[in-house]
Amino acid sequence: MAFENLTSKLQMTFRRITGKAQLNGSDIDEMMKDVRLSLLEADVNYKVVKDFTDEVKELAMGEKILKGLNPGQQVVKIVNDELVKLMGGETALVNFTSNRPYTVIMMVGLQGAGKTTTAGKLAWFLRKNHAKKPLLVAADIYRPAAIEQLRTVGAKLEIPVFDKGIDIDPRDIVKLALKRAESDGNDLVVIDTAGRLHINETLMDELVDIKKIAKPEEILLTVDAMTGQDAVNVATAFHAALGVTGCILTKLDGDTRGGAALSIRKVTGVPIKFSGTGEKLTDIEVFHPERMATRILGMGDVLSLIEKATEEIDEHEAMSMMEKMMSGKFNFVDLLKQMKMIKRMGAFSGILKMLPGMGAIADSPKIDDKQIVYIEAIIHSMTEAERKNPELLERSSSRRNRVASGSGRSTTEVNRLIGMLDKQRQMMKRMSQMNPETAEKAQSGMLPGLGGPIKQTPGKGKGKGGFRI
Amino acid sequence: MFLHRQVIDVGIFAKLFGTKERRLQEQKYKIGMAKTRGGSLSNLKAALYGAKAIDDALFDRLEEIFIMADLGVDTVVKFTAALRAEVKKRAITVPRELENIIVDKMFELYLQGQIVDANIPYVEGGLTVILVVGVNGTGKTTSIGKLAYRIKAEGKKVMLAAADTFRAGAIEQLKIWGVRVGCPVVAKNEGADPSAVVFDAIRLAKAEAYDVLLVDTAGRLQNKVNLMKELEKIDRTIRRELPSVPIVTYLVIDATTGQNGLSQAKLFNEAAKVTGIILTKLDGTAKGGIVLAIRDELGIPISFVGLGEKLTDLEQFDVEGYIYGLFADFFD
Repeated sequence: MAFENLTSKLQMTFRRITGKAQLNGSDIDEMMKDVRLSLLEADVNYKVVKDFTDEVKELAMGEKILKGLNPGQQVVKIVNDELVKLMGGETALVNFTSNRPYTVIMMVGLQGAGKTTTAGKLAWFLRKNHAKKPLLVAADIYRPAAIEQLRTVGAKLEIPVFDKGIDIDPRDIVKLALKRAESDGNDLVVIDTAGRLHINETLMDELVDIKKIAKPEEILLTVDAMTGQDAVNVATAFHAALGVTGCILTKLDGDTRGGAALSIRKVTGVPIKFSGTGEKLTDIEVFHPERMATRILGMGDVLSLIEKATEEIDEHEAMSMMEKMMSGKFNFVDLLKQMKMIKRMGAFSGILKMLPGMGAIADSPKIDDKQIVYIEAIIHSMTEAERKNPELLERSSSRRNRVASGSGRSTTEVNRLIGMLDKQRQMMKRMSQMNPETAEKAQSGMLPGLGGPIKQTPGKGKGKGGFRI
Repeated sequence: MFLHRQVIDVGIFAKLFGTKERRLQEQKYKIGMAKTRGGSLSNLKAALYGAKAIDDALFDRLEEIFIMADLGVDTVVKFTAALRAEVKKRAITVPRELENIIVDKMFELYLQGQIVDANIPYVEGGLTVILVVGVNGTGKTTSIGKLAYRIKAEGKKVMLAAADTFRAGAIEQLKIWGVRVGCPVVAKNEGADPSAVVFDAIRLAKAEAYDVLLVDTAGRLQNKVNLMKELEKIDRTIRRELPSVPIVTYLVIDATTGQNGLSQAKLFNEAAKVTGIILTKLDGTAKGGIVLAIRDELGIPISFVGLGEKLTDLEQFDVEGYIYGLFADFFD
């Protein structure tokens, strides 16, 4: 789909502008075109995209390119950091009052955004994490069975629901509910209001009145994460009428990129506080700006690679591993370490996917994360002496059989692993004696050795050459 | 009346909207979509009338306007390319002349050289099953209520099946619609197997000679494999019970939906072949342009639009009315 095209386009851009020390105007322009497109595809509002990319451009100008990154990656990093900064920031999750016996939260939003479900989820969350004693208030008298829905939600979560049926004005429901909260000792009142269009003046007036009556500490706008360009209109209208204190983004368990989050934050300044992440009534989370940024930018693969390449691999560890390999004394203990390093970077197929041009291969069934687990199992079934001195195994078939039955793998697999280590040692030895250029070439040969158990074809091994540890 | 001819000739724009009758006909859409005046497409007029020449800046501006209507990046790129080609072909230099071309091309985009029939394809002399699907919160149950009202008004015997056994209150909600419209609702308990509800309903509807069975399903996000499998099962159940008749499947899409609408259409269409789209909540400020992208990329037509809260606020999709709504500011 579009996203894949984008990723490959991005890689093209990367290649073109590689090998510079500083970001210059044309690099940034080039990258910004891709960023802009990506944000638009994520449903970020057109005007927001424009403002945002202009701002980031300013920031990126003359920025030093970090070691290990190319200019394109650097731009993506800057964009991502800005997105996180913009959507994050310090805000209290929920302002609980101490001026009266209860805190009031008012849930507002368009029809179908998920107010009723989210009201329940939120009450559950605040009971669990803030030891609150919530009361849910059914103030949606319009949608058929909205009250029944809230009652069911309340019953499932064992949270009391206050309702007065549908033949009563919502304003009066709220007045009565507050009295009830006080008499029942509920220190949290969550009001579920009816969904309405932001242009429906009568219903918006009703909300304004409810606000006057309940004086809520929080007015939370529930927004469907799939919302398109209109998100800005909706949020602006609700905010102008009510002074919204926060946003809850729902249906984030879908495959939407969720650009509405950025649009709303940028245009109204209203912070996003929670996200709805599933069908279960406990599927609510505190909003994570980092995850959202990655999701909206849609360049998660590039970002993870940037992050992981710069952080996760301990350089010292890698260097000593390198020396060990070069010396030809590489043994199973080292292989195990190597495996762990790879694992720390994430699923094997996932890593492949992050490498330019390797996406397709990673999706092929041949690369199997399980293989790494199997190799580990085999090594773990060896004695300490066998791990350090692979020759012991090479010489004794009974040792090999023991390791096989101990690890639950076949003897053939054990043999293959031993053969692989041997090949790798030889390869390394040869490489250490070569000059750098030939060594580079030989690398592609090194991995087919590993290719036995991982079942890689030699051609595919090349991409993995990136992990020469 | 709802059979749309292919529109190719220039000046159709004037013909379409020039008459007073036409305007009255579009009134409904205008009520729905005219509130969007402050929104994106109202800028179209300003863009065309304000531009001195047809240049890149104008096309950028047009792209912006279309994207703001949620037409989708790919469709917009394609659409503006077609506009550029047409401008070149006709050697047009005055921006205002783009008016006609934009409307014409929009028609072409939607019609795709076909005759698009928005009528419900009823099964002659037998039971027509209409399956209504979509993600959470798009307005499936409400649309079913409105559809039932409409179909009943045509003199047909209508039954509803409450196959959303998941969401709290969903069965109740459908039952209330059943009472309002005056048609029976087949339901089991919350948590029951939706296919079993559908099975019972079809048997009953056939036995009692109903004309139409409307099936309400649970909202499901299209990336939830298990829930989509459940939908496939419902679809299979219907097809097994009614082997030789076409099943009508409507996908309900919220007009505020952005690019995700494409993914919804694609995956729902894979699980249960989608006949048409019901575009809801078009009475807000959202334009629902994603349905044009869906038509463009997947060929699925729009069948109905939801324009309000009342029982009668469901209109058969009329491409002329819709495009009029998109460009309403041209006619002030």
